[in-house]
Amino acid sequence: MGHLLALDLTAYWATTTIKVLVVLGLIPAGALILGYVFLLKMMSFMQSRLGPMEAGPYGTLQLVADGVKFLQKEDIFPDRADRRVFALAPVVVLMSTFLLYMVIPAGPRLIVEDLDTGVIFALAVSSLSVIGVLMAGWASANKYALIGALRAAGQLIAYELPLVLAVVGVAIQAGTFSLQGIVHAQAEGSIFGIGAIGNPFILTQFVGFVLFLAAAQAELSQTPFDMPVAESELVAGYMTEYTGFRFLFFFMGEFGTAFALSAIGATLFLGGWYLPGVHGTLADVVGPLVLGAKIMMVAFLIFWVRFSYPRFREDQLQAIAWKFLIPISLVNILVTGVLKVVVK
Amino acid sequence: MTTTTDWKQSAYVAAQAADARVNVELETEGMTLNLGPQHPATHGTLRIVVRLDGEQVVWAEPVCGYMHRGYEKLTEVRTYPQVTTLVNRIDWLGHFCNEVPFILAAEKLMGVEAPPRAQWLRTIFFEMARIANISLFLGDMGVQLGAITPVFYAFRDREYVLNLMESVTGGRFHPNFDRIGGIKDDLPKGWIDETKGVMKRVRDFCDEMEDLLMGNEIFQQRTRGVGVIPPAVAADYGLSGANARASGIDWDLRRDEDYPLAWKEVDFKVWTHPDGDSFARYWVRLQETREAASIIEQLLDGLPSGAIQAKVPRIIKVPAGEAWVHTENPLGEMGYYVVSKGGLGPFRCKIRTPSFNNISILPWLLRGVFVPDVITILASLYFILGDIDR
Amino acid sequence: MPDFPGKGLFKGLGVTFKTMLEPNVTVQYPHEKEAPPTRARGVIALKEENCTVCMLCARSCPDWCIYIEGHKDKAPPRREGGKPRTVQKLDRFDIDYSLCMYCGICVEVCPFDALFWSPEYEYSEVRIADLLHDKDRLGEWMKTVPEPPPLEVGATPAKGAKK
Repeated sequence: MGHLLALDLTAYWATTTIKVLVVLGLIPAGALILGYVFLLKMMSFMQSRLGPMEAGPYGTLQLVADGVKFLQKEDIFPDRADRRVFALAPVVVLMSTFLLYMVIPAGPRLIVEDLDTGVIFALAVSSLSVIGVLMAGWASANKYALIGALRAAGQLIAYELPLVLAVVGVAIQAGTFSLQGIVHAQAEGSIFGIGAIGNPFILTQFVGFVLFLAAAQAELSQTPFDMPVAESELVAGYMTEYTGFRFLFFFMGEFGTAFALSAIGATLFLGGWYLPGVHGTLADVVGPLVLGAKIMMVAFLIFWVRFSYPRFREDQLQAIAWKFLIPISLVNILVTGVLKVVVK
Repeated sequence: MTTTTDWKQSAYVAAQAADARVNVELETEGMTLNLGPQHPATHGTLRIVVRLDGEQVVWAEPVCGYMHRGYEKLTEVRTYPQVTTLVNRIDWLGHFCNEVPFILAAEKLMGVEAPPRAQWLRTIFFEMARIANISLFLGDMGVQLGAITPVFYAFRDREYVLNLMESVTGGRFHPNFDRIGGIKDDLPKGWIDETKGVMKRVRDFCDEMEDLLMGNEIFQQRTRGVGVIPPAVAADYGLSGANARASGIDWDLRRDEDYPLAWKEVDFKVWTHPDGDSFARYWVRLQETREAASIIEQLLDGLPSGAIQAKVPRIIKVPAGEAWVHTENPLGEMGYYVVSKGGLGPFRCKIRTPSFNNISILPWLLRGVFVPDVITILASLYFILGDIDR
Repeated sequence: MPDFPGKGLFKGLGVTFKTMLEPNVTVQYPHEKEAPPTRARGVIALKEENCTVCMLCARSCPDWCIYIEGHKDKAPPRREGGKPRTVQKLDRFDIDYSLCMYCGICVEVCPFDALFWSPEYEYSEVRIADLLHDKDRLGEWMKTVPEPPPLEVGATPAKGAKK
């Protein structure tokens, strides 16, 4: 095939281009799928209604229609907004989402870059979005947006810690930070000697799983941690002044990050692309589908909580992070470390 | 502002004048914000000017009147049946309840009393309007706090009550059914059984709200201890209805006053709560909805048969006089002071609405609270703009 | 269920999960339509032969949305050799539905049963002037006027029940 195009497809630049294009296509696709299944349909069924049904069969094309609508809107800058910062903010948020997809494995060989510090890298780049949020809030020249951005920054920074600490427990058990390595550790592990389904870390790291979900909920600014975008108070928080495709960037950033964090959660706790009994090249084909199913499971939990609970007040939110989640995660690490050494 | 000294009063007036502008520059000593008149949190076009210090409110002032429709002037130039129609629209969620005190005042002046069946049916519709009104509140407070799901259950289960009203009166939101001397029409076939089924649904809905929202620890953390109104202050500012009962004031006009309506025939409990915070207001209204369902079921069981309208002349002319009638509406105490000079319509009609007094407590209540708590307090006080502004 | 911290949170999740699995109550208008109750106040229909141009409805409307014009005419005498009778003939009877409050006072006060309620509600227009229904259109609505519903056990029909 490479000879056909007179190109060497195994060259580094070729493989990288393909990977980048795949990821660039995956962000909106993931956002669309997650948005349709959970935001449009699952939320509607939980609220005893049907959701969009007119655009496309069962409303499947509704988000596409929304995307087109956003794209054709006028590009408005508030009069006193800082134009360059205002325009760059959504790009920064989307960039941090893009970088997250770099380390998520979808198969034994389907990974953009198998970094040794995989998980830590992922969590580090996900916190770049804080800068984007602050830029958006400040450059909007809108008091409400500013309040929203400050709240968001405080919240995102506070909940980075439980997220990372929850992951450390998994890393201790797997012995590596690399996500591919963690999948292999779960695949080759065994529960009390029975190796049938491997050893998904959700069983031993259940506390870590709950912490991860809670912290991910806060990182995504979902209810009950959605103070920054509290609709009934600040209209849309730091996103208030954004319309058109810039708002689309924020929306894609939010759902793209939800997709990515669910993927990381599925990889860390549910075994990622591993399906018992499937190895080798078959796993490259089946892996993405398996990972997709597990992403749906994790995302279901995240969105289920989002639609059922009211939101916390800012000080309660911070109190929960600092006084509740972090101590529990530290204890989790301690217990995991002790058990890892003792149970050899 | 009844107990301020002179210098406090002038300082207050000066601050008010200085902050009457719509959008003020970003001041570092305190930010002045407008909550409204277009805002997702306020139930309509209420504007609240707050001055913030960081996230705390230093000073708050509600500005109402954006929805003033001139009701009291309208009543001077309309006949009694026309006023009955218009008055439905004051508190548009508890529709039937607006007509009743006005009709009762006119009946008092005419010396007419409705036959028993009409009185019982009036009470049934009154309580159904109460359910329609308060069930919306139960979901709406969730939305203000971020729980987007309960409000859909509220609208869904409220539909059944509205359908019942429509099958009797023809109108879902504005029944226009009360007449001087009785009510307009009788029940269609099968209504009583249908209503009993719907009341069971209402009770299930209340249980659902209790599980989903009231029992939720996050909700309780957001509402307990927020916006505490001591009973003395509540009485001073003229709070009524569930707001007063949640502060521990045991006051319910259905039990304490004598009406030509059927409340004396049923057993019902008046729910009070000692705390006076936002959670108490939610709790009291939840219990009231259950109580209203039980009242309706009792009334349906003992409904007397007979005429539904007393003998009144075709063209209604109410003799000269003045009458004051107030009732326990879903939002609080609503009253009409009708002055008649023997004409086809009232000479002057003063409408006392509960929400106007309920929000008068906001300047006192909002000092020192956080911005998210402002929303919680507004949601828990539960006013309707048509009721404030008339 | 015994109490444990966070119990309320789990119960809340249960409620939403249960609702997700329950059948839906949404009626997908315009593909499916619910029939409104018989007494629903949808539109007012005019039975022209009953109208005597007494103007009671126009006078009692709170919005003054009924426009009536009529003229006196001579009708043949009842018996042979008698005087011709003066009757009122209806020239114009318009109801402006952009003003109408759907209160029903006009239907109620009409002494000759010329106005009826019909539960029809699908008559929205693109131009607001088209919401003025004239005599003929109001007569068309008569086809949709239902029979009054049967009354409940123990009920009394209203005085002057419409036929």
